[in-house]
Amino acid sequence: MAAGGAPASGAAAPAAVLPETAAVSWRPRVDERSLRSRARLWTLSTAAHTVPFTVTAAGLVALDPVLAPVSFLALAQAWAIPELYAKRGANVLKPRRRLDGRAESTALGLLGDLVGHDARELHARTGLVLERGRLGTWLVGEAGAVLVRGRRAYCFCVRVDDPDLPSADRTAHLLLALREDEQGFATVANMAFSGARWRVRRRLERRMRPALDAAR
Amino acid sequence: MAGMARLIRMDRTGHTTLAEWTAADDASVEAAAAAFGAQLDAGYYAVVTEGEGHARQVRELPADADLVILRRPIAGG
Repeated sequence: MAAGGAPASGAAAPAAVLPETAAVSWRPRVDERSLRSRARLWTLSTAAHTVPFTVTAAGLVALDPVLAPVSFLALAQAWAIPELYAKRGANVLKPRRRLDGRAESTALGLLGDLVGHDARELHARTGLVLERGRLGTWLVGEAGAVLVRGRRAYCFCVRVDDPDLPSADRTAHLLLALREDEQGFATVANMAFSGARWRVRRRLERRMRPALDAAR
Repeated sequence: MAGMARLIRMDRTGHTTLAEWTAADDASVEAAAAAFGAQLDAGYYAVVTEGEGHARQVRELPADADLVILRRPIAGG
């Protein structure tokens, strides 16, 4: 599959394998099937966290209505746990500290050259680059990316290991790696959350939300 | 200088142009290839963009490319 330095003959040419995947050789390569499987696991995990608390809440009230306050606490727990996971997921898009303004501006110019007009405009508004791939639609940030597939969002923590890079360069690093090998990119990245898009949206910075809305 | 291809490295300055060349000028291609090799040895990966949505890693300087970008490796956070 590795194409090495072979010239590409067009958009449909098979991509080379991302070299960084060698560092995580034990991980199976992410594909449609593995994404669906991980989505099911996340759903099961969410259910395992919420159902017991919900049942407990219902049981307590059934047992004695006086226990309603405790029941409420159990329900709150059932609500909060998935929200905390979603928060962890949304954090992958959290912007990092800005560095030297001139470097940021130079890096922004390069990033702008890599994307089309619409993506450039969206990035200016939200700080995120929208990239359509085969697995779904990606939102690429400085230290992570969110893959949107239908109503589900997969949040990946992935970064370039150089804290001195301007933020737009960090995004460009991730964008180029994603374009080189989408599945490899998803394999190298650590999945922080997979779940309902609306949960992630609630936890995103307000200015970033239009990017998630556009990723349909 | 229109038509010059560029080898750039993403770094703390935003990016740095390491070499410029034209395919017809062997000396400039050679100099760019040397700079390219040195960066690969330093741990950078070289990428050629192929239109929106596509990029290709290269291990030798593609003399006919307009722009070659050097990037650092990425890793799960």
